[in-house]
Amino acid sequence: MTDRAAMPARPGPLGRILGRVLPGRRRNAPAMAPIVPAQSIAGRSLMIVIAIMSFLACLTLGAVTLVRDASLAWQDDIVREITIQVRPVDGVDTVAEAKKATEIAASMPGVASARALEDWENAKLLEPWLGSGLDMADLPIPHLIVVELADPDAVDLIGLTARLNGEVKGASLDDHRSWTDRLKTMANATVIIGVSILGLVFVATVLSVIFATRGAMASNRDIVSVLHYVGAEASFIAREFQRHFLFLGLKGGLLGASGAAALFAILSFFLSRSIATPEGDQVSALFGRFAIGPTGYLGALAIALLIGIMTAITSRLTVYRHLASIE
Amino acid sequence: MIRFENVGLRYGMGAEVLRDLSFQIAPKSFQFLTGPSGAGKSTLLRLLCMSLKPTRGLITVFDRDVVTLPKAELPALRRRVGVVFQDFRLLDHLTTFENVALPLRVLGREEASYRADVVELLKWVGLGDRMQALPPILSGGEKQRAAIARALIGQPEILLADEPTGNVDPPLAKRLLRLFVELNRLGTSVVIATHDIGLMNQFDARRLVLHEGRLSIYD
Repeated sequence: MTDRAAMPARPGPLGRILGRVLPGRRRNAPAMAPIVPAQSIAGRSLMIVIAIMSFLACLTLGAVTLVRDASLAWQDDIVREITIQVRPVDGVDTVAEAKKATEIAASMPGVASARALEDWENAKLLEPWLGSGLDMADLPIPHLIVVELADPDAVDLIGLTARLNGEVKGASLDDHRSWTDRLKTMANATVIIGVSILGLVFVATVLSVIFATRGAMASNRDIVSVLHYVGAEASFIAREFQRHFLFLGLKGGLLGASGAAALFAILSFFLSRSIATPEGDQVSALFGRFAIGPTGYLGALAIALLIGIMTAITSRLTVYRHLASIE
Repeated sequence: MIRFENVGLRYGMGAEVLRDLSFQIAPKSFQFLTGPSGAGKSTLLRLLCMSLKPTRGLITVFDRDVVTLPKAELPALRRRVGVVFQDFRLLDHLTTFENVALPLRVLGREEASYRADVVELLKWVGLGDRMQALPPILSGGEKQRAAIARALIGQPEILLADEPTGNVDPPLAKRLLRLFVELNRLGTSVVIATHDIGLMNQFDARRLVLHEGRLSIYD
């Protein structure tokens, strides 16, 4: 191995694309060897670390998206239904009170329908606890009125509560607010936990890149020294290192994001095949179709790009700091 | 061009390795820097090429005080000083052409704009047929000439050479000296650090003699 002519070192497809957009490498320029050789940087190990970090970040993002979407779907279902309970009161005809409450509810703007549950429906609800064959007339069981809302925002729940309290004896309104509040709290907590995990993953990525850059600077100490002597600016030296790290970061980030996207796609595919089975129904009830949708996939791509850019910026700053310390 | 006034240098809390150095490197001058091994020649060269700062005294390079010079201005000043290292410091993964072109490449210049200059200089130092060779397969003399070419390609105003003939045979040493003299004739100040008396006797020039950290000058 004597001459460069005998050493073909052509960049790969991604390298060629990056070569066209990265600073310091110009179009139509003959292939000059990079001043910092790619082999001198622990590229493969760093790329694997970045790919793993990107995979974890995308999984976290996907999980947060799933939980948030499922929570929003649950909330949407819940807020579209309210329940009026008419408790038995001595000397009061509960059936008539329930009918009155139904009429009041049905008259409210934004309400689609109001319907009192039949005795057999109440019996069915209580069957798990009290067994079958109940005579509802013997039990002081409240009457339940299910109110479907056409437009939850248009319904004046405070006004409805006031009217029920004033006109119907033993009536109370349950708008499931405590449920939706709990769901919101859970969804918000999930998002906060997810963002925290994302933050930790990014911090770990940055630290890995700092260690790798320091290692690269140490193993290329002679090159840095020569560059100093020939009058290279710190920005030039930083760019030479940054070029490698941006490439590694993008490659690792895209690998990890592709892995996470593939995992979600496979899970979604298998879930769609297991619809109508008890297990599939349970998962669907919790997470919908287990699909992260276009937003999720775009988010994964954004994370890959973010990790690539973050890697490049981190390496650049690390080189600057190192150069400042050795001047 | 370069002026030292009562310059002293010590590493950490140790004794001074250079003491009370006062001299000037004038434009278009030629001087040998000599002295026994360990006298501080390489350290003095490092002060001259601004990779070390004095612990006392004043060093001005092109009328700029190197101690107070902002870091951002150092590269521009270094480009006016060419350095040839005793161990060449060629980058093994770059061809001879790429090594020599390095000072122009770091300026962000297009290869097309300097290719002819680099080729011409390589021919001048006798490496016209070794342009695509990698340093590991160059001989000591070829490496030395490549290192000299790299120091000259940016047309520095002063050339500092550390034992430039230390790794070559006498005929090549004579040829390299002629190269430096020719360069000096073209207007570049030259400082050659050497302990080769034979080499110094071949050309009548000012001698800066270092001994135990002190400098004697023989004009």
